[in-house]
Amino acid sequence: MKLAALLTPEEIAIVALSLKVSSVAIGVVLPVAFGLAWILARTRFAGKLLLDALIHLPLVLPPVVTGWLLLLAFGKSGPAGRLISELFGATLIFRWTGAAVAASVMALPLMVRAIRLSLENVDTRLEGVARTLGAGPWRTFFSVTLPLAMPGVLAAIVLGFARSIGEFGATITFVSNIPGETRTLPLAIYTSLQVPGGEGAVTRLALISVALSLVALAVSEWLVRRAGRRGGNHVL
Amino acid sequence: MSFEVDVEVRRGDRQLRARFAASAGLTALFGPSGAGKTSILDMIAGLLAPDRGRIAVGEELLFDSARGINLRPEKRNCGYVFQDGRLFPHRRVRENLLFGWKLAPPERRWLEFDAAVSFLGIGHLLERMPYTLSGGEAQRVAIGRALLSGPRFLLMDEPLSSLDGTRRDEIMRVIERVRDELSVPILYVSHDRSEVQRLASTVIDVEY
Repeated sequence: MKLAALLTPEEIAIVALSLKVSSVAIGVVLPVAFGLAWILARTRFAGKLLLDALIHLPLVLPPVVTGWLLLLAFGKSGPAGRLISELFGATLIFRWTGAAVAASVMALPLMVRAIRLSLENVDTRLEGVARTLGAGPWRTFFSVTLPLAMPGVLAAIVLGFARSIGEFGATITFVSNIPGETRTLPLAIYTSLQVPGGEGAVTRLALISVALSLVALAVSEWLVRRAGRRGGNHVL
Repeated sequence: MSFEVDVEVRRGDRQLRARFAASAGLTALFGPSGAGKTSILDMIAGLLAPDRGRIAVGEELLFDSARGINLRPEKRNCGYVFQDGRLFPHRRVRENLLFGWKLAPPERRWLEFDAAVSFLGIGHLLERMPYTLSGGEAQRVAIGRALLSGPRFLLMDEPLSSLDGTRRDEIMRVIERVRDELSVPILYVSHDRSEVQRLASTVIDVEY
């Protein structure tokens, strides 16, 4: 059974765009999420509660509001927008890169939560052992902390990916619904629903969404089991 | 080789002060639980910074608040054997043993892998994961891991406390052999009088 026989070329392009937007979003946001999770799990400072709240904002705000805030920040006169236009001579508005930014911001809180949880579960005394055995801080991080936090990192990738594949409100508000540029799976499903006779396309795209989510879940389960065999902790 | 320790540190609402000197052989820090014996070892290993004082091992100054010296743990060259073994749970026994060995510069290694494995009788455990080991097995691996990192001295924090009778005796014999055959200076923490009487060449009382 070939995918091409089931989907029209436009639909294949939509799936490809969705995968591209989500992969780029997760790839970019993962190090950021890890850094923030580290700060929340391992440090103490005065404004920590505020930082925590700020990170969680996209989780509790209506996505449309998040999209509008992104529009304010990245728009032509927004501070981030002006910076990007000066540095790269480009804009994120109405571009797939903007869709990736929206997806990143929406995925961030979930990813930070998963990674933070696993970092808090890492026995810091094991890091002390590595130090007494001659490992510097970086080697200790890469040979002890990161492998032990890996189940959480994998969970974060899967959760974040699922969240960005399904992103709708912030994306459509921030970068609109442009075929071939910002029309990802959920936006395409929404668009097809507005068109008389679009039910067939809706069904096919919805089935693809379900399949993608199930694959992500299966991959995460497999990764967590593998990590579990190596002595890690379950997070998902 | 000698230890010279004179440190002060605040732990919670308690002020801990330790002052002693020790020479070769096995020196036991003997005292009740909660007296801060582990904190003393942690300060020597560099895992806990004293508020002030001085720690010297042999010719080398590990810590001196007056001169602003505080060597990082990885530069102190000590082998630390913990109460609970504390093996890396995500690595096989072989990888645990080789962790410090690989990091030590060749001229500092004074025990080879095969020699350590046969000395401790852990050849059959090499491919096992730590969670499959018994307490006694884990403690032997932990001792091997510390020895293979090429330490100039060993710190042992109640290495027998999580073991039952027969295992205790077995590990005690291993420690005696480390003391006598390998002649590494050992600083040994315990709250058990019989253990200390059997193993220690010098006993230092730690009071609460």
